[in-house]
Amino acid sequence: MDLYTEGDPIADTRAPDGPVETRWERHRFEMKLVNPANRRKMTVIVVGTGLAGGSAAATLAEQGYQVRSYCYQDSPRRAHSIAAQGGINAAKNYRNDGDSVHRLFYDTVKGGDFRSRESNVHRLAEVSVNIIDQCVAQGVPFAREYGGLLDTRSFGGAQVQRTFYARGQTGQQLLLGAYQALERQIGLGNVEMNARHEMLELVLVDGRARGIVVRDMVTGEISTEMADAVVLASGGYGNVFYLSTNAKGCNVTASWRAHRKGAYFANPCYTQIHPTCIPVSGDHQSKLTLMSESLRNDGRVWVPKAKGDQRSPREIPEDERDYYLERIYPSFGNLVPRDIASRAAKNVCDSGRGVGPTGLGVYLDFADAINRLGRKAIEAKYGNLFEMYERITGEDPYEVPMRIYPAVHYTMGGLWVDYDLQSSIPGLFVIGEANFSDHGANRLGASALMQGLADGYFVLPNTLANYLASSGPLDKVDASHPEAVAARTEVEDRIKRLLAINGDRTVDSFHRELGQIMWEHCGMERSEAGLRKAIDEIRALREQFWQRVRVPGDGEGLNQSLEKAGRVADFFELAELMCIDALHREESCGGHFRAEHQTPDGEAQRDDDRFAYVAAWEYTGTGEPVLHKEDLTFEYVHPTQRSYK
Amino acid sequence: MNLTLRIWRQHGPEDKGRMVTYPVQDVSPDMSFLEMLDVLNERLILDGEEPIAFDHDCREGICGMCSLMINGEAHGPQRGTTACQLHMRQFSDGDTIDIEPWRARAFPVVKDLVVNRNAFDQIIAAGGYVTAPTGSAPEAHSVPVPKADADAAFESAACIGCGACVAACPNGSGMLFTAAKITQLSLLPQGQPERYTRVIGMVDAHDEAGFGGCTNIGECASACPKGIPLNTIGRLNRDYLKATAKRAGS
Repeated sequence: MDLYTEGDPIADTRAPDGPVETRWERHRFEMKLVNPANRRKMTVIVVGTGLAGGSAAATLAEQGYQVRSYCYQDSPRRAHSIAAQGGINAAKNYRNDGDSVHRLFYDTVKGGDFRSRESNVHRLAEVSVNIIDQCVAQGVPFAREYGGLLDTRSFGGAQVQRTFYARGQTGQQLLLGAYQALERQIGLGNVEMNARHEMLELVLVDGRARGIVVRDMVTGEISTEMADAVVLASGGYGNVFYLSTNAKGCNVTASWRAHRKGAYFANPCYTQIHPTCIPVSGDHQSKLTLMSESLRNDGRVWVPKAKGDQRSPREIPEDERDYYLERIYPSFGNLVPRDIASRAAKNVCDSGRGVGPTGLGVYLDFADAINRLGRKAIEAKYGNLFEMYERITGEDPYEVPMRIYPAVHYTMGGLWVDYDLQSSIPGLFVIGEANFSDHGANRLGASALMQGLADGYFVLPNTLANYLASSGPLDKVDASHPEAVAARTEVEDRIKRLLAINGDRTVDSFHRELGQIMWEHCGMERSEAGLRKAIDEIRALREQFWQRVRVPGDGEGLNQSLEKAGRVADFFELAELMCIDALHREESCGGHFRAEHQTPDGEAQRDDDRFAYVAAWEYTGTGEPVLHKEDLTFEYVHPTQRSYK
Repeated sequence: MNLTLRIWRQHGPEDKGRMVTYPVQDVSPDMSFLEMLDVLNERLILDGEEPIAFDHDCREGICGMCSLMINGEAHGPQRGTTACQLHMRQFSDGDTIDIEPWRARAFPVVKDLVVNRNAFDQIIAAGGYVTAPTGSAPEAHSVPVPKADADAAFESAACIGCGACVAACPNGSGMLFTAAKITQLSLLPQGQPERYTRVIGMVDAHDEAGFGGCTNIGECASACPKGIPLNTIGRLNRDYLKATAKRAGS
């Protein structure tokens, strides 16, 4: 293809061989350790304080490293993991319903549409059980049964009840657990916390990640912080679409700056569109709100059978409704995985049967569940979600069915990492949503929390020690090192450049337009023509951005427009790479659906012969990225056409 | 709707600050309160003015970042609702709306509507945790927790740390925030070993950070967007009393 070149394949992922269930155990034994006395002399930078970053920083500090932690929010407790609603998977098999580590592994590989690395996923399933123990010990108030034991529920496409939860606020409770562990270490002086700081550049010395350049968002001061290793836990890039369920501040800058410095970016086109979000209400829309997927356990999804049916939902008789998920997917019904539910909603709306003022919505109806279980039972399960829906829409979902529509929610792609969660830059580790590792082309519900905490509590602290022990004492470097000075100068120049444009359009207006291009052409359905058009449009708009954006104020103090401008500038570059990745992947898999590649009945058509690999992109600076392929082999879970019928 | 906004503008911590009036037109009732401010900010930028700085992030009522005093009420007129979830259908055409930052000694203004709430983190760092280093946890089912206790703990754990309680309190007290964490952890078996050192540590940190004392006015609980009950403060006081008695006895 004309837009990229192909480089060497990735030869080594450092994944151990042997039986999959022994790999992590053996690797843990084989990895080197850092003597406790030496840990005190080592500094680790952790960017981001969500489930992955918060748990990693706390754990590394407990082990004795000097940790410097950074977040853009005013407190580490506000990272966007806090908004996760549904739950966290773990292979505890407390229900005796046939769950096991192997089944969680199997479901995750299959759910990811055979585009993830088996060894990583198995490790994730193994440590899932430790996560629940850890969180309970921290005082996380999970939902419990009357006997005092933990309650679980089934979630998003799983046929076992392995999802632990804390009402509709599981992310909040898990994050506060990690945050409290982190605050304890801050109080003990083992972590230096830098809230309202944004990482704007990575510093490499002799090819290793040795520091970051950060901006103090309150004073505007730019500083360079050096360390023995850098951990990015900076989350996903869903906000490239402008409208998403991400928090407004979520951004790709930390990852993208690392990418520009040599870290490969893997599978950027794999984005998860969540099927149950509140539909857009107008041009002023600034973000989309997720309604937990758990609602699909009791709600039934439908649209009118007739096109353009304008009657209120309660006036549409049963036989004139199309419960299309139950019709098309009788064995999974309303619980089909996210990618499938989202595309089905798009299809019925595209066929003119969507509901609500914009026609971009489907009903999620609780009338049957309320009749069967009673209003009180529904209130106990979903009360807070129903209230949230009513606050936003002004409609009472106990009386009128909810209207929902898919929205960008999570990004499976991210910086490429090996089995040790180390990127292609030595000393740069990437954890949580920021990496690409465990979810393949589609993430299962309640698996993001699991992965964030697995990486932060149980995986990274081991593999990072191995890196530090293996690389021997690194040269002492400080902010006056020429590489550090150069990185800092780049940051300062970029800020000056953004402030100097003083054009006639706001940052948000560009961001919104970029989001529309991406949603239209790189959203739920992609095609060659659409993606090529998108790439042209993105390039043209990016050029406009650098000529016409207006960033008021200066760089000296709190300047929210400047923060946004830097992030949007990086989104522009990422957007192009996402489209190139989507264009090159001539197959449909998981969250990546190419119109040209579908089965006769409209399901995703994978092409395992050509595309059973991870696409890891190298930045070259010339505009033409280089593709490095990591071949995926499946020894345990054999690729099949995913079927939820 | 057409509205008149009177908004607190303050260049930085040293600036005295003032209310500035902004008329806004064609506000849709489906907009969120923050989306209305977004629209105003877009206009200010194009008019060559500095946009209004305000804190926000998740915009779904859970991160606790948004922090606006709206017509003298923390998070505005709708009960149980953060400013980011407040929608303009709660207001009427022609309304004048005052928008100010949290005002409390422990929360100094950074700029415009943005305040520094680092004091809350200091309270948590002084004991708002269970000491459970990674990897040391027993099997999760080894200690059952009665459902009623788990549910009550959850109710307190739902605090989002926004600071509305402090902003609403005439004394600028952070007792509801502190008590919510104390209550959560003292209801759970995992929180027992550190129960009394925790309460002393956290209350001391609260006082050192410049929060006022609690005089049982109750404005905090009625302003709390998550409905943290006032009786959590009673629980804190009981634990504090026991803790000081223990300390005196030892």
